[in-house]
Amino acid sequence: MSVTDSRSLTELAQALANGDTSSVALTEAALTRIDALDGALNSFITVDRESALRDATAADARIADGSAAPLTGIPIAHKDIFCTRGLRTSCGSRMLDNFTPPYDATVVERLRSAGAVVIGKTNMDEFAMGSSNENSFYGPCKNPWDLNRVPGGSSGGSAAAVAAGLVAAATGTDTGGSIRQPAAFCGITGLKPTYGLVSRLGMIAYASSLDQGGPMARSAEDCALLLEAMAGHDPRDSTSAQRPVANYREQLAQSLDGLRIGIPKEYFGEGLDSGVAAVIEAALKEYESMGATLHEISLPRTALSIPAYYVIAPAEASTNLSRYDGVRYGHRCDNPKDLEDLYTRSREEGFGAEVQRRILVGTYALSSGYYDAYYKKAQQVRRFIAGDFASAFESVDVIAGPTTPGIAFALGSKTSDPTAMYLEDIYTLSVNLAGLPAMSLPAGFSQGMPVGLQLIGQHFEEARLLGAAHQFQQRSDWHRQTPKLELPA
Amino acid sequence: MSYEMVIGLEVHLQLATRSKIFSGSATTFGAEPNTQANAVDLAMPGMLPVLNVQAVRYAVMFGLAIDAQIGKRSVFDRKNYFYPDLPKGYQISQFAEPIVGGGRFAFNLPDGTQSEVGITRAHLEEDAGKSLHEDFHGMTGIDLNRAGTPLLEIVTEPDFRSAEQAVAFLKALHSLVTYLGISDGNMAEGSMRCDVNLSLRPKGSDTLGTRTEVKNVNSFRFVEKAIHCERVRQEDILDDGGSIVQETRLYDADRDETRSMRSKEVANDYRYFPEPDLLPVILSDADIADIVATLPELPRARRARFEEAYGLSGYDAGVLTDERAVADYFEATARASGDAKLAANWIQGDLLAALNADDKNITECPVQADQLAGLIARIKDQTISGKIAKQVFEAMWQGEGDADAIIEARGFKQVSDSGALESMVDQVVADNPDQVAQYRAADPAKRKKLSGFFVGQIMKASKGQANPKMVNDLLIARLDPDDN
Repeated sequence: MSVTDSRSLTELAQALANGDTSSVALTEAALTRIDALDGALNSFITVDRESALRDATAADARIADGSAAPLTGIPIAHKDIFCTRGLRTSCGSRMLDNFTPPYDATVVERLRSAGAVVIGKTNMDEFAMGSSNENSFYGPCKNPWDLNRVPGGSSGGSAAAVAAGLVAAATGTDTGGSIRQPAAFCGITGLKPTYGLVSRLGMIAYASSLDQGGPMARSAEDCALLLEAMAGHDPRDSTSAQRPVANYREQLAQSLDGLRIGIPKEYFGEGLDSGVAAVIEAALKEYESMGATLHEISLPRTALSIPAYYVIAPAEASTNLSRYDGVRYGHRCDNPKDLEDLYTRSREEGFGAEVQRRILVGTYALSSGYYDAYYKKAQQVRRFIAGDFASAFESVDVIAGPTTPGIAFALGSKTSDPTAMYLEDIYTLSVNLAGLPAMSLPAGFSQGMPVGLQLIGQHFEEARLLGAAHQFQQRSDWHRQTPKLELPA
Repeated sequence: MSYEMVIGLEVHLQLATRSKIFSGSATTFGAEPNTQANAVDLAMPGMLPVLNVQAVRYAVMFGLAIDAQIGKRSVFDRKNYFYPDLPKGYQISQFAEPIVGGGRFAFNLPDGTQSEVGITRAHLEEDAGKSLHEDFHGMTGIDLNRAGTPLLEIVTEPDFRSAEQAVAFLKALHSLVTYLGISDGNMAEGSMRCDVNLSLRPKGSDTLGTRTEVKNVNSFRFVEKAIHCERVRQEDILDDGGSIVQETRLYDADRDETRSMRSKEVANDYRYFPEPDLLPVILSDADIADIVATLPELPRARRARFEEAYGLSGYDAGVLTDERAVADYFEATARASGDAKLAANWIQGDLLAALNADDKNITECPVQADQLAGLIARIKDQTISGKIAKQVFEAMWQGEGDADAIIEARGFKQVSDSGALESMVDQVVADNPDQVAQYRAADPAKRKKLSGFFVGQIMKASKGQANPKMVNDLLIARLDPDDN
């Protein structure tokens, strides 16, 4: 048996349906791979062995009696930001190291109903704040293509686990690039849906107006399958969109003939690694050869997305994280002297440095006398950025460019310089600010490391993005490459 | 020095929705601690608020009732501060765009004169939980049953000049919101709580003095007393040449004093910003028209109608319309008995007195409106006298049944048989020759007074059941022979 399993969700579903394998066999194999590899990768925070095997047994019964749903019996992992009933949900933080939710997030609930077997919870930057997975209370996750490099973040664990073949698919969340950037760094396919398409209920909030859950898998086809299960209106999330879920898989086979692809010149300027640029240019040529046309466009306020994001996201985070006060659940300091001491020490001990930094920045940005200069101005910039996209989409159907300026960087190389780390998100942040859907798909390699192509669509045009990605993946095998992981001696 | 007092009020009104403003938990008062708090109320990770549409309707009803501007777009904001009974670390409130804008509120002072104040705004927000400091041995207990109860915070202009005016306003407001059915108005349970902003200025000045805010005063009487204490305290300071510190104070009813809670210098910066978990509330003209259609007749309109339709005095109509349930009771009694005047007298007299004595609300009244109407019908058709009716009422109050059954069982039927009455008159005249002589010697004006003696004797002999009008007529005929 090979250490990794490079089969896609679609292939696994087929194998289960044909009786070539069983859910228990798949789940046991996944657990074995996790045992073998995850000591080195650290992509999981919690593995739920018993419950996974129990669910797998039940799934096999459903397959046998013909009542299987599309994902029945396939082991998947959830980013540890999604609440799972009866299973510890830490959000990568000491604050929630002891927290076991009595409820499932809507995403978890829906994937369960679609039949998926939850094998465990993946590593992440604490409260989704980070671009390298180095801000995890549980230690950094490693990139399966090079264990000395980061997998990206914040959904680093999910990306690494899929890339390493521990699971075929995992959930992620994307507030400023947290699905797309790790997908690019680890050579997998990840989709950040339109804001409001996937319910946020039970997904621990970082920045409420930007957070969006989405699928991470090997292919666009797999992402389509997952998204069909995850998406849809949730009356318990007031920002959830009230529209029917599309059949994304049916629309994968669309022709790209005449597809107008916008190429933002700002995404190819200073700061873009030449190796990455070469891969992206080749991918765009491939699109041209499939009948798409390329058009240079301008998104003039791309650079402003960083300061706007780093005001709005921390502002929302600073109040979203107020509930972690040591009173009702989560970390509480020992022997508090009084209320002030309880708050101060519980939060000081429970939160890591980056989380504390963003709480301070956000508190400052909202404080009386600074609100207009920071928060209000950032919201204005946000509207301008959304307006720039809207004008661009008057003449193009999708926008394409690199997901990240460079390949996965070395562990520890940016941890001492937060602003250098923030620049990692230059091509991804503005998409969240505008609430648009976007995905990253493997487009080639630079220095032996995967490079991601980003496709950005108009609101609720996930089907068009998935179709465009799928067509590319029909003509390329970058998404089928797997890292050569060496087992520790 | 002589000062003018300037008061503005902030009233926190608990809305009578069955579930909380942002969660499905029940809002029933007095449940075991933390039995009405779900994951949303506890601010568990990943939980999100969902707006209770009924709370919005209630707020709009209030706005419409005071002819205020209704915010067709209103926005929820987060008001950030840390406190153990505030689970999220922020209160969801409305700041820049409230649901109800400016309006006017007219009400009557106790002497019957009209008064009017400006309403600045009214906005929706969630209540906090309760911190319980007793019984926890130096620790604090947290009860989150109240957390998330919908509140309408009503803010007035600084238009009040006396405690009496402020209290009259609060009573009228209480009457209005219970009429609208948007709040149970139960002040003892905290359904209506008041913050008093008070400042003094030299008489004749039009600049406002520094104000203090006296928080959470929860009865009409305490509002009156708190205003008085705070006025005296500020007067003393100003008279001594001191200046008022802008601060939040608490009224201590046991000591009848206000004391400082915190001063504004160390006040929280609430860092208001739009709540990203909720969409703005957008109301169309059609939405508002739907709510207009549900508005009941309001106290002032009903009062005017009572004066007009039933011929009641302004005072009587006021007493009867103060509480919607009393007004409903009155109208039901008047309709069933066909005598609004008697109904009004009975309700304002015996009924309200009995309710008061038993500390009961009209909705807990043991005598139903149709029962009271039955009693009134027997007074009208002279089956019983007013005096006997009081005994029948008492029996009805004790649950002995309807008026007719009680009259029958107790043999209260009024004697209207002229033969029987005539013989009683004869007997009394025969038994009291001296009084008869005295009567006949008196002038007509005095006779009227003296006749009372004979009526009294007959009523006594008949155990109160003689028809008083007939007795009177017969007596006059018998005692005034010169008229024959």
